[in-house]
Amino acid sequence: MKNLLILGAGTAGTMMANHLRPKLYSNEWNITIVDQYKTHYYQPGFLFLPFDTYTEDQVKKVGKRFIPRNVNYIQKKIEKILPKENKVELEGETLDYDVLIIATGSKIAPEETEGLIGPLWKKDIFDFYTYEGSLALRDKLRDWEGGKLVVHITEMPIKCPVAPLEFAFLADSYFRKKGMREKVEITYVTPLTGAFTKPTCSTALAYLLKEKNIHLESDFAIQHVDNDKKEIVDYEDRKIPFDLLVTIPTNMGDEVIEKSGLGDDLNFIPTHHNTLQSLANENIFVIGDATNVPASKAGSVAHFQAETLTDNILLYMDGFPLKKEFDGHANCFIETGNNKALLIDFNYVTEPVHGNFPFAKIGPLKLLKESVLNHWGKLAFRWIYWNMLLKGIAIPFVSRNMSFKGKVFDIKPDIKE
Amino acid sequence: MPIKTIAGVDLNISEEGYLEDMTQWNEEIAKEIASEIGIELTPKHFEVINYLREKTAAKEALTIRQVGKSGIVDIKGLYVLFPKGPLKFSSKIAGIPKPTSCI
Repeated sequence: MKNLLILGAGTAGTMMANHLRPKLYSNEWNITIVDQYKTHYYQPGFLFLPFDTYTEDQVKKVGKRFIPRNVNYIQKKIEKILPKENKVELEGETLDYDVLIIATGSKIAPEETEGLIGPLWKKDIFDFYTYEGSLALRDKLRDWEGGKLVVHITEMPIKCPVAPLEFAFLADSYFRKKGMREKVEITYVTPLTGAFTKPTCSTALAYLLKEKNIHLESDFAIQHVDNDKKEIVDYEDRKIPFDLLVTIPTNMGDEVIEKSGLGDDLNFIPTHHNTLQSLANENIFVIGDATNVPASKAGSVAHFQAETLTDNILLYMDGFPLKKEFDGHANCFIETGNNKALLIDFNYVTEPVHGNFPFAKIGPLKLLKESVLNHWGKLAFRWIYWNMLLKGIAIPFVSRNMSFKGKVFDIKPDIKE
Repeated sequence: MPIKTIAGVDLNISEEGYLEDMTQWNEEIAKEIASEIGIELTPKHFEVINYLREKTAAKEALTIRQVGKSGIVDIKGLYVLFPKGPLKFSSKIAGIPKPTSCI
């Protein structure tokens, strides 16, 4: 018997278990999946929890429910990966592997920024990238009386790079509905050159910030949080005051990656962009947020990666060359508030464009344009996630590689710096 | 795609002034782009620029943190070299693409 070991039972790891179990003979390959946590969270829901759009129950389920019966599920902490010995140490036991899939994801590291975890943490400073943070923020917003709301990105890369912007848009709607928008000043702070960094998006979407009266502070690399003055301060001593700071802390890969010497500065694993094989070890494959590939860290990306990686693992097991197939494809709904959303479809090299999706001419979803239907698409996605995506069921008509059918390349960038 | 002559070379330039092809770059081009921004390049600037070019050629995504840990300069020092947008201006001068997000 040979052993296929999957580390992490989040979106990517769970999908891989579901993809591979039916494709591998049970008398040849054991499949084991390890995760220290019992609960599987629908992370896109963390964007909606603070605004009371979703309830707690809608975003969490017992993870084991989504693992196939004939996959060995171990709920333990992963201590260390030993790539030279093909072993993984867990709390109190060691597992051997022939093929390893690392799907340990990424998480926030607020301790990386001076003063972030201080007297104001969870009082006036919140994250919404964790279940606990998102719930605490919900409770804060329920009776917040207004003031300066600062939505802030510490540094790239982050999981779901558009979520902070969506948060700012949804906050605008939320305070309007509560009849208190005039009491809230919303500022969006980014280390990048603007809220939109791709020329097609800047051109098509720049109106959104103006329409929603969101102030922009760009090129801001935070140095520390001043808890006394309630300001974030950058390396040039630029200061932005806040009453309520919603920050996206530095995102990093799991500490087990650092302990095992497998990662870069941020504990992300150097991975081949198109095959998803790790660059250092040929029997280690990496998927989802744990990789260092320059694709978005998002569930849709993990979904497209999973299809390519399944083929590549089967090819690797049989001694064939791997497919250099994964193109960085991402497909994301972006909430813009007022029950509308955008849909974007892009890959490593092609920027988001206009068009219809998934069918040329028919749609029904419109790319890079706000619509109510896109918003319903985003809400419906929660059902798709729990019932199709995690189980490895292909989403009809949406292919692993980006399709150019129905795309319209009509946006002429007109931004000047 | 606009073409601009910098330091006597016709270059493909993005709408925002970044080189489209990093192999067309040379030090004279860097100096001219830098002077347009208002930066006079020193050997320290070139150390950072060459580091950014190496990382980009190796297809690694660039972050301010990474430059800060490179041993060439810390983040505060990076701001001193390239004020008001260190990664933005250093990328432009180094002839590499603009750091972007997904939209």
